Amino acid sequence: MAAERPWTAPPVNAGSGVTDSSITIEGVRQVFGDTVALDGIDLHIRMHTRLGIVGPSGCGKSTLLSNIAGLVEPSAGSVAIGRATTAKERLARCALMPQKDLLLPWRSALDNACLALENRGVHRRAARERARPLFERFGLAEFEEHMPAQLSGGMRQRVAFLRTLMAEKDVFLLDEPFAALDSITRASMQEWLLGALTQEPKTALLVTHDVDEALLLTHHVVVFSARPGRIVHKLDTDFPTNVPRREIVTSPEFAHLKEQALEALEV
Amino acid sequence: MTLDTTTASAVAAASTESRWRRHAWQYGPAVTIVVVALGLWELLIRVLDVPRFLWPAPSLIVATLRDDAGPLAGHSWTTLREVLLGFLIALTAGLVIGVLLHLSETLRRGVLPILIASQSVPTVVLAPVLVLVMGFNIGPILAVIALFCFFPIAVNTIDGLSSVDREYVRMMQTLDASRRSIFRRVEFPSALPFIFTGTRIGATYAAIGAVFGEWAGSDGGLGWLMIQAKGRLDTPLVFAAVAIITSMAVSLFLLVALVERLTIPWARSRGGRMK
Repeated sequence: MAAERPWTAPPVNAGSGVTDSSITIEGVRQVFGDTVALDGIDLHIRMHTRLGIVGPSGCGKSTLLSNIAGLVEPSAGSVAIGRATTAKERLARCALMPQKDLLLPWRSALDNACLALENRGVHRRAARERARPLFERFGLAEFEEHMPAQLSGGMRQRVAFLRTLMAEKDVFLLDEPFAALDSITRASMQEWLLGALTQEPKTALLVTHDVDEALLLTHHVVVFSARPGRIVHKLDTDFPTNVPRREIVTSPEFAHLKEQALEALEV
Repeated sequence: MTLDTTTASAVAAASTESRWRRHAWQYGPAVTIVVVALGLWELLIRVLDVPRFLWPAPSLIVATLRDDAGPLAGHSWTTLREVLLGFLIALTAGLVIGVLLHLSETLRRGVLPILIASQSVPTVVLAPVLVLVMGFNIGPILAVIALFCFFPIAVNTIDGLSSVDREYVRMMQTLDASRRSIFRRVEFPSALPFIFTGTRIGATYAAIGAVFGEWAGSDGGLGWLMIQAKGRLDTPLVFAAVAIITSMAVSLFLLVALVERLTIPWARSRGGRMK
């Protein structure tokens, strides 16, 4: 495992032509009324790396994603994506994939995936032509014209992922994307997502309460405490992506990291 | 694959059969009640020998419909035109008012209480005043119909537009949606089931609105015919007019329901409606 601690490393200066999509979070605190949801969050996520956030329910994990995306401005502290610091600038660079697939039931799978392009004023037919190849690439060929109600939970999440991907944002915020799926579907979806994210490098945050999921899919994992959410533990994972999931999950390194994470969660 | 085709045809056959059963289950009770009630009605009138000007038997009403088909058709056409026009005005007004009140909170707070209060004004009493103001023409009749119908449409439009799950709006915001795009692609489509509910309710009011409008001032139509027939104690003709009015209301209701099924099939499918 890497010895460096990337969240303390200075921001990577993005190379020419690529906009820096590293995320810097400093002293973020979020208060709702009398409730402190998040307190003293400092994180740095290097460009094109994936960070997992695990923590008990209600520890403010999702709130942090809203803070990053600029949907909710934190009560204190600052968030920057590259040079984007205002809420509006950040919103323009983030794509959020929620736990519920939120597919629009009156649009076919393909038309759901086209939402971002249509929002930007791309004509429907042109948008469909651009989205179509992705369906083949991500194992959804022949499901383009299916309505959401005709798709299984796993399929719907894939379409939701394509919709997020079509937004062409450089930051991906995944908020418990597979929590609503059964464990077998979830396992195959995790592998699928890992493949998809390897194909499309993004700076990504994955919020989950599934420790395995965080360890498998991300490069670094932080453990949050119960409310108010604080970072209590940090782990480096970075398992090879070309090794079958089964081998990783049963390896001693994985067991060791999982034990550390679970121990931190109990604090 | 053979298994697939056999099961597919078996499923298709089963679904045709179950569709029949479902329809029988859905409409059977209503049809039975109507048939039994008509039979009892006919029987009572004959056994008690009730005079025809007091309460005509169903057979007599049917006979009147047949014998007076000419004039009834003419007056029905007049009323049907009023019903359709008035209903379209109500639909447009209801939608426009609903959308405007949804988009502007100030407008909603200012206008919605007045709209609700306006519903306690008896439109029937208002009708003669409308005739005085607007003149002896189709105008006051359309106004009465529109006043009857627009309220459920407007209220359901507002409710539908405001009941959209905030998570969908957030999702759209992260997909670079403008306010207009969110309205067009999320809020309005998800409000459609509500809008159709309001429109179906409005559709049932339109015919009765036309009758009240015609009573206040007209020179034709089924409402006008009722008044004339009542004056001559031609009760069978009154009932015949009522029968036509009723079938108009039911037809308009069914027409809206049909349009609803064709426009928003997703709202009927399992899990289709947004939660």
